[in-house]
Amino acid sequence: MSGAGRPPSLLEVDGISVRFGAVQALDGVSLEIARGEIAAIIGPNGAGKTTLLNVISGFYHPNEGAIRFAGADRTHLKPYEVATLGIARTFQNVALFKGMSVLDNIMTGRLLKMHGSFLLEALYWGPARRQELEHRGFVEQIIDFLEIQAIRKTPAGRLPYGLQKRVELARALAAEPTLLLLDEPMAGMNVEEKEDMCRFILGVNDEFGTTMALIEHDMSVVMDISGHVVALDYGRKIADGTPDQVRNDPAVIDAYLGVAHA
Amino acid sequence: MLSLLHAVFVAPFLDMAGAPTFLAEVLIGGIAAGLMYSLVALGFVLIFKASGVFNFAQGVMVLFAALTLVGLMEMGLPVAVALLATVAVMVALAFGIERVVLRPLVNQAPIILFMATIGLTFVLEGLGEMLWGANVKKLDVGIPDESFKVAGILLNKLELTAAGTAAVLVAVLAVFFQRTRIGRALRAVADDHEAALSIGIPLKTIWVVVWSVAGLVAIVTGIMWGAKSGVQFSLSLIALKALPVLILGGFTSVPGAIVGGLIVGTGEKLGEVYWGPLVGGAIENWFAYMLALVFLVFRPQGLFGERIIERV
Repeated sequence: MSGAGRPPSLLEVDGISVRFGAVQALDGVSLEIARGEIAAIIGPNGAGKTTLLNVISGFYHPNEGAIRFAGADRTHLKPYEVATLGIARTFQNVALFKGMSVLDNIMTGRLLKMHGSFLLEALYWGPARRQELEHRGFVEQIIDFLEIQAIRKTPAGRLPYGLQKRVELARALAAEPTLLLLDEPMAGMNVEEKEDMCRFILGVNDEFGTTMALIEHDMSVVMDISGHVVALDYGRKIADGTPDQVRNDPAVIDAYLGVAHA
Repeated sequence: MLSLLHAVFVAPFLDMAGAPTFLAEVLIGGIAAGLMYSLVALGFVLIFKASGVFNFAQGVMVLFAALTLVGLMEMGLPVAVALLATVAVMVALAFGIERVVLRPLVNQAPIILFMATIGLTFVLEGLGEMLWGANVKKLDVGIPDESFKVAGILLNKLELTAAGTAAVLVAVLAVFFQRTRIGRALRAVADDHEAALSIGIPLKTIWVVVWSVAGLVAIVTGIMWGAKSGVQFSLSLIALKALPVLILGGFTSVPGAIVGGLIVGTGEKLGEVYWGPLVGGAIENWFAYMLALVFLVFRPQGLFGERIIERV
């Protein structure tokens, strides 16, 4: 995107290629995500959307290309190092700590923000206690924000799917990320749950100014919440622009509906 | 028939009520033994919690730690120095295991990691004997193995010290897991590797920490059991006694390891003393396993384990 008036890029993906054996999952994909925007990545199944997210969050490393975050190269960082930079993510299939309570799950999101001595923590004394309470306070705000007060103490594994997705979002938010990556945040949800999730995503963007990149299949949702859409097909970028531009792009229509041969 | 019922359900309790100091001695003996089992079980729980690996080598780690300590002391090092050196050896071992065993097998099925720890068992066993010899060694840490009486109850100093140490260690670890940042990170890693990575927990560091802690637990266990019955190969077999404790308490629960150990310890001592004569003795040897079988049938997740719910 080189359009004038756009805020500076937070994330720059530059010519990324990823191969798994003979499969070319991503082929020279470049895109930029501006600070503060909600970007949507769309495309048919197998287009490489999740692979792209995995590359950005450090789970895969690209065979070619580079990734810059906040101006610094971070192509080869490991997932936990990426997290320390302020990039949080959720997973397509929900990766919660199933045995732990909702509250503990969200508290793990604060781990990177916590410091201090082992011994004091074990004794739950002095600064350690203050710190725990402070973080607990922040987590309670997120719990209120996402309206999950009632399930605080429930083991995450016992929740219905829609709520698990919400808890996963809460854990990601607890890290106060600069960039939040959401892999199909609304998959498998009913209309009502989708509307709630949309509200939360817009609310987070509004309230905390968090930049977001999300993968979503539901086009109406994409059009509603994102200002920037990137379309992938067979590992290549086929369109990049505003929702309206992308929706009317012939390549995108072809990818979704098949090419008309008549 | 009636006399049999009487012998099983009435007479033992009459015996207990008839000689309360003796009952107290039996109970204390049971609790002391139980805490020692808890100690071994704890080593398993720690590693299982943080990596989902059932560490078959835990028993051998106990033997290896004890052998190293005794070996260093025989070389003339003072107890404190030898102990520090042993700690260093166990931490180095944790680094080695992470590098050579865990890292190449990351994301493999639990059964594969389990097999790897069986391999580790043989390596450690061989290494221990190669370095320090296969003879039975006496471990003297300066606690006299003598008895004294309090309120008519006969107590053993060594057993009491061991029980006290076990209790303290168990308490510290329980708090460590429940309260601290690292404890929370450990639980997170045990639950889901990917999710743990995504929130910034480095798996390697966590594994080294947890295997180190398990190594430290092994040292304490090795000292306590070694001081009691000598440092020898059979030390590694106490791992077998830890299995029923784990089944009772639940594989993922630190408090479960403690309670399980106490139940097994007191249960087998009471069974041996009061019901043993009925079946010609030796209840102590199989009691724990019978109890474990009953639990496997009726409550497979153990007393404190996480319930396993499969979504269909």
